[in-house]
Amino acid sequence: MSDPAPTGRPAGTPPSSPRAEPRTPARPAGLPSGARPAGLRLRWLVAGLVAVLVALVVGVSLGPVSLPPGSVAAELLNLFPGVHLDSGLTEREIAIVTELRLPRVVLGLLVGGLLALAGGCYQGVFRNPLADPYLLGVAAGAGLAVTAAIALGGAGRQGTLSGLPMTIPLAAFAGSLLAVTMTYVLGAAGGRRGSPAMLILAGVAVSAFLSAGQTYLLQRHADSIQPVYSWLLGRLATAGWHDVLLVLPYAALTTVVVLLHRRELDVLAVGDDEARSLGLHPQRTRYLLIAAASLGTAAAVSATGLIGFVGIIVPHTVRLLAGSSYRVILPMSLLFGGAFLALTDVVARTVAAPSELPIGVVTALLGGPFFVLVLRTARRVLT
Amino acid sequence: MSREPAGTPAVEVRGLHVALGGTPILTGVDLTVAVGEWVTVIGPNGAGKSTLLRAVGGLLPAPKTITLFGTPSAALRRRDRARTVATVAQSPVVPPGMSVLDYVLLGRTPYIPTLGRESTADVDAVHEVLGRLDLAGFHRRELATLSGGERQRVFLARALAQGATLLLLDEPTSALDIGHQQDVLEVVDQLRREHGLTVLATMHDLSLAGEYADRMVMLAAGRVVAAGTPSEVLTEELLATHYRASVRVVPGAHGPLVVPVRPTRP
Repeated sequence: MSDPAPTGRPAGTPPSSPRAEPRTPARPAGLPSGARPAGLRLRWLVAGLVAVLVALVVGVSLGPVSLPPGSVAAELLNLFPGVHLDSGLTEREIAIVTELRLPRVVLGLLVGGLLALAGGCYQGVFRNPLADPYLLGVAAGAGLAVTAAIALGGAGRQGTLSGLPMTIPLAAFAGSLLAVTMTYVLGAAGGRRGSPAMLILAGVAVSAFLSAGQTYLLQRHADSIQPVYSWLLGRLATAGWHDVLLVLPYAALTTVVVLLHRRELDVLAVGDDEARSLGLHPQRTRYLLIAAASLGTAAAVSATGLIGFVGIIVPHTVRLLAGSSYRVILPMSLLFGGAFLALTDVVARTVAAPSELPIGVVTALLGGPFFVLVLRTARRVLT
Repeated sequence: MSREPAGTPAVEVRGLHVALGGTPILTGVDLTVAVGEWVTVIGPNGAGKSTLLRAVGGLLPAPKTITLFGTPSAALRRRDRARTVATVAQSPVVPPGMSVLDYVLLGRTPYIPTLGRESTADVDAVHEVLGRLDLAGFHRRELATLSGGERQRVFLARALAQGATLLLLDEPTSALDIGHQQDVLEVVDQLRREHGLTVLATMHDLSLAGEYADRMVMLAAGRVVAAGTPSEVLTEELLATHYRASVRVVPGAHGPLVVPVRPTRP
């Protein structure tokens, strides 16, 4: 009796089976051409990149001193080595572009992309259209951890948040993992497989619990923790290159891990049993992706505080426009999420000029009604 | 019609015990399915039919008592097992918005490198399977918009795209009307003959089960209570004992036909 284990080709495999010659089938005549598997189409990729570029130029151009977009674009191109264009901007205006506005817009792009990517990823992992870094309590966990690090650890002692140590996102990551674990365990308490609604309710409870802990810390350390208040509502206003560097490594890691698993998320969509019988480790994949999305959320929260609803608005809009495959949703959420948050920031700093609205307030104003829409379409899944 | 298993069997289960959440579901089940054979597992609700199928398909922590084509199931790597065994669940999840092509392409997962993507060969293989199941025009359709019979064919197509030689079908006809039930079973039987597939199924419709199976296994309360050809298993006494059913068994051209008869009140 031969041992088929090394090749996985057991005895008795008939030569006519499709497995025997899986790579050399002749395309039967008359089959439609142009039928392609789900994946990112070029036109959507281009649309996403254009959105990011528009957000970049608009975000840098608009502000208390409005600069001509053409000059801004020229100045942005000058940042590339070997490019020397005459933008016609003064030294002072160039400084506004490169030192004040550009880091703010870039941070907005990064954080928006991360939050949208994390939202899309959670939706796939939990097979739950309402999953999002905020509704799952992940952001609250990260927020509590950052608050604790500032209040108890003395980070940010100078009275501002700029100059937070680079390890702050790691503290936030621990908090976000704690939160998502609590939500996952509580959400599954109703049965071996908790319903989608159970998961969200658990997330709301965990969020409330962790926010209470955060409020307690704020009360106890009112003197040292003044800067946390502005951060709580979401801030991009004081962003500098330091914040960009704070987020960048974690953003890169999250993005790479999540995007590499986009096809696995499509397999998970057909159910754990199916995924397992197709050769996947559904639970292992799930844990890895939860960790990756939580790391991204933690980095975003560390830098900019609590900015809600991006993880709901962007992936669902992408789903409506470009299809339901995670091979499309995830990369597009990254691009459109970034553009969305950078443009929302433009709104936040212009509608009530010269004062600024907290960006979290603007995303919540947009996201609340949007959430109701998603809830209506997701009713079937939830009940 | 009866065939004694010879050579290395496709499936060999010896003394399988499965407990889920502390409740024993299967208590010492033996099962042998020869290569190319169609074996249908029957039994009353809760007898453990689906659990047996899940265990054979590698969906439960693999006990050492299950052997697939001569290799202990526990020794197979997941991807290799996925190339050997394909399962069609009783009511598979239909992901919203997924096209037929994309759904069937998921069946190629065990051939796609981890973190990789489908090759044109995978797409061609899927088109070939779709053609074989008369689904050639359906590849762009959204799975959720198909009728029950069409969907069942797509589920089958996904399993076939997996290139597995052992097909596990859990209640393949439960969601279908009588015409589509015959339709699907005929397709399976034809594929089995053309490609030498081995079929292990569970079914509730006993007449239909008997017409297509080479052999049948009756489970009750987690153990095998009868095994043999359809005419050996589908008897009025066995069905009365284990299903507590009042039936008449009528000989038919392809197997015994089981007709329910309203019990006479004492």
